[in-house]
Amino acid sequence: MQSTTTTTTLDTHDHAPHHDPGFLRSYVFSTDHKVIGIQYGFTALMFLLFGFLLVMCMRWQIAKPGVPIPLVSGLLESLLGDVAKGGVMSPDLYNSFGAMHGTIMVFLAIVPLAFAAFGNFVVPLQIGAVDMAFPRVNMVSYQCFAGGGVVMFVSFFIPGGAAQAGWTSYSPLATIVPTHGQTFWLIGMVLLITSSLLGAVNFIATVIQLRAPGMTWMRMPFFVWTQFVTAFILLLAFPPLEAAGILQLVDKVLGASFFLPTGLVVSGKLYDVSGGGSPLLWQHLFWFLGHPEVYVLILPAMGVVSEIIACNTRKPLWGYKSLVYSVLAVGFVSFIVWAHHMYLTGMGTKISTFFQTTTMIISIPSVIILTCLFMSLWGGSIRFNTPMLFALAFLPMFGIGGLTGLPLGFNFSDLHLHDSYYVIAHFHYVVAPGTIFALFAGVYFWYPKMTGRYMSETLGKIHFWGSLIGMNLVFMPMFFQGLYGMSRRMSDGGATYALSNAANEGVVTALTGTVIKMNVFITHAAFLLLLAQIPFIINVFMSMFNGKKVESDNPWQATTLDWQTPTPPPHGNFTKEIVVHRGPYEYSVPGHPTDFTPQNAPEPKLVK
Amino acid sequence: MEIPYAVKPRPDTGLYNAKLGIWLFLASEVMLFGGLFSSYILLRVGADLWPHGMVSIPVGTFNTFVLIASSVTVVMSWASLKLGRLGDFKKYMALTIACALGFLGVKSFEYHAKFTHYDVWFKDAATAEKYFKAAYGEEKGVEAARKLFVERFHLHNTKAVYEANQVQLPGHLEGNPLFATHRSLASAKKETFQFTPDAPFGTHDHPKPIEVKLSDVERLSAYVPKHSTYFAIYFTITALHGLHVLGGAIVLAYFLFTANTWWKKNPEQLANRVEVGGLFWHFVDLVWIFLFPIIYLL
Repeated sequence: MQSTTTTTTLDTHDHAPHHDPGFLRSYVFSTDHKVIGIQYGFTALMFLLFGFLLVMCMRWQIAKPGVPIPLVSGLLESLLGDVAKGGVMSPDLYNSFGAMHGTIMVFLAIVPLAFAAFGNFVVPLQIGAVDMAFPRVNMVSYQCFAGGGVVMFVSFFIPGGAAQAGWTSYSPLATIVPTHGQTFWLIGMVLLITSSLLGAVNFIATVIQLRAPGMTWMRMPFFVWTQFVTAFILLLAFPPLEAAGILQLVDKVLGASFFLPTGLVVSGKLYDVSGGGSPLLWQHLFWFLGHPEVYVLILPAMGVVSEIIACNTRKPLWGYKSLVYSVLAVGFVSFIVWAHHMYLTGMGTKISTFFQTTTMIISIPSVIILTCLFMSLWGGSIRFNTPMLFALAFLPMFGIGGLTGLPLGFNFSDLHLHDSYYVIAHFHYVVAPGTIFALFAGVYFWYPKMTGRYMSETLGKIHFWGSLIGMNLVFMPMFFQGLYGMSRRMSDGGATYALSNAANEGVVTALTGTVIKMNVFITHAAFLLLLAQIPFIINVFMSMFNGKKVESDNPWQATTLDWQTPTPPPHGNFTKEIVVHRGPYEYSVPGHPTDFTPQNAPEPKLVK
Repeated sequence: MEIPYAVKPRPDTGLYNAKLGIWLFLASEVMLFGGLFSSYILLRVGADLWPHGMVSIPVGTFNTFVLIASSVTVVMSWASLKLGRLGDFKKYMALTIACALGFLGVKSFEYHAKFTHYDVWFKDAATAEKYFKAAYGEEKGVEAARKLFVERFHLHNTKAVYEANQVQLPGHLEGNPLFATHRSLASAKKETFQFTPDAPFGTHDHPKPIEVKLSDVERLSAYVPKHSTYFAIYFTITALHGLHVLGGAIVLAYFLFTANTWWKKNPEQLANRVEVGGLFWHFVDLVWIFLFPIIYLL
């Protein structure tokens, strides 16, 4: 392996900006895309941990219903009051934590980390731009996100607690819960959606307008393509949810009946509203965002994995054009698959058939992307560093998640699997060992560019193996629980439906002891998974000060422009004029003096 | 550090950054209002009864012309800048903002009229008939009250079904309070209230106020979102549109008041900003062009 790049690591004193903008302007109200990216990343990682802790409490309750939660029972009772009386999780609290786990993980952790954090930090660097097209809009976007996060977080501590109607917030349930958690949820969502919209406009404008000279569309790194398509999905799919949020807010606050049908009976009494609304309307508006959102979660992850695989196999991505066209196809088709979440609503067989067909169609480009990434490994001289391990694990994990989604896409098999633990297992395989692994890979990969230091490989490998084993032990048993028919929403872990429950004597569909006992096993595995994250947390903070310093600005010997900058990149990013001469993945080109040729390198002299 | 193409267009796209940005933003706005219009269609198609003639067509037409006029003046203001006439720019921009304020003024007048207009639902048809007779006379009372709703809901072919069950009567409360309901009257310990029923269909002579016992009332609601899905969607879409008008007017006013400074600093950028603001303004007008027929005419 050659390392011919020269170190231009900057002594910050020499190259500091001419005017010192002060702490607030540099770190809090910064308009620099890299600082904003790191702000997003840091906030999102905090929410990722918070969302995980929420679900740890839930897992305890399912494994040992009615037993006070160890370690945090006193804290929960003093913070949340009656819903956590004696440190035991009440069903209301279970519902709250469940709803907020989903909301936080999707809207406050994964999307901001995958799209906003990596997108902000990496995209302008990779296209050779000085910053985003609208730096101040970028700042406002982060502030809206932070505001939304605060509103969501505060809602835990209001009387009655946070929203309880699931992350999907189906009406009428969401509207008739008599606490104010849902109102906070809706206001928080409107802020988060505004943030995403501003971000999406900014990303698209940046990619279209600010590409460096020579950076043609087909020379863009695949990561930029995934972010570009993701931005379009956010731009066009989020507004209908914003509309739905506004309508539900009007229902909740002003007492309207957009989603409340005529003759709605609540607790045995006719509900005092005008009626005339449609519960299905909410579901259509929600899933019109909700399904494209899945691709918002997965596409940037695929982009990260592609960059890391190309760099660490030292060969070009296999089928770059197929990847690009596939990601575009996924983007388009993702808008017409949403109602496969609604097979059980009785919307009619013709509509179900339509959405079943489009759902099968969208799996084609997804499989093309995954196949190209697998093929890229063939014949490569693979470097098994931590980012590469996570990227490699992404492939089979996402594969399992994707393939187990097919039975949910067919409406005949979905009838049985709907709302069971099978669904939980399926989408967690996509998002947890899938997307989150890709994002971990990204953190390990770009950390040297952000800080000038590597993260520890030893801690990284402990983190990787612990997470890989933990994830599989948590989610694999859920497939079986789901196939046995365990509902995903019961705070007693399915005990009501157990054979051991006297009321279920002779009921053939009652759950056996084995299925119920898996809950205990899964909870232990989840604890292992939590432990496995500790090395990562230590690694992120310790490596800032103690990590091995990078030898050059391009420590991984990568070809893309993000590595052709000083480390860390200064305000304005590049110290020299950037002109792009070649495609993104020119690794091991025969005859070239090094095994990588950066995009901005002029045509080298061939070695005869 | 300067962002490239902030003012001058990029040669291969032919756009400066903000112009691309606003078009993208408008695409998302199309989806936002698209979602709301789709909701309108779904609610209306699914409704048993959908009211007509609840809003005044002449007032709506007037407002439509006000907004269309403002679209013309905002283009004129931009063209004036391009021709180098700062004075004309200010004149046309001021006219645009005046149109916006006029539109919002008319709209708030319309809103206020709705907030003080009520429907009362009586407990049952027999009780209702008693009040219909008190309102419109012993002989023709029931017929007059029914006529109001046959016209409101366009029930000319199916009115027999409706007539047997009619319990609803529109009118005004004594003292024109805003947002009163049967619950707010009950918690104010009122046993009766004065109610002035609407004039019979096609006339303008309001009957004398009648006294209504609260115990005879199932439900009382002003014409607010709570009243029915019709008013819910009417207020939601028009209020959101109104917020867009207000936001646009604030931004355009900012351009107007800082025009002198920008004109000296960078006239091309001022023209760009006005162009982008104008694009947003046209979009806001376009939304109204869709809203006017579905709310006022259909």
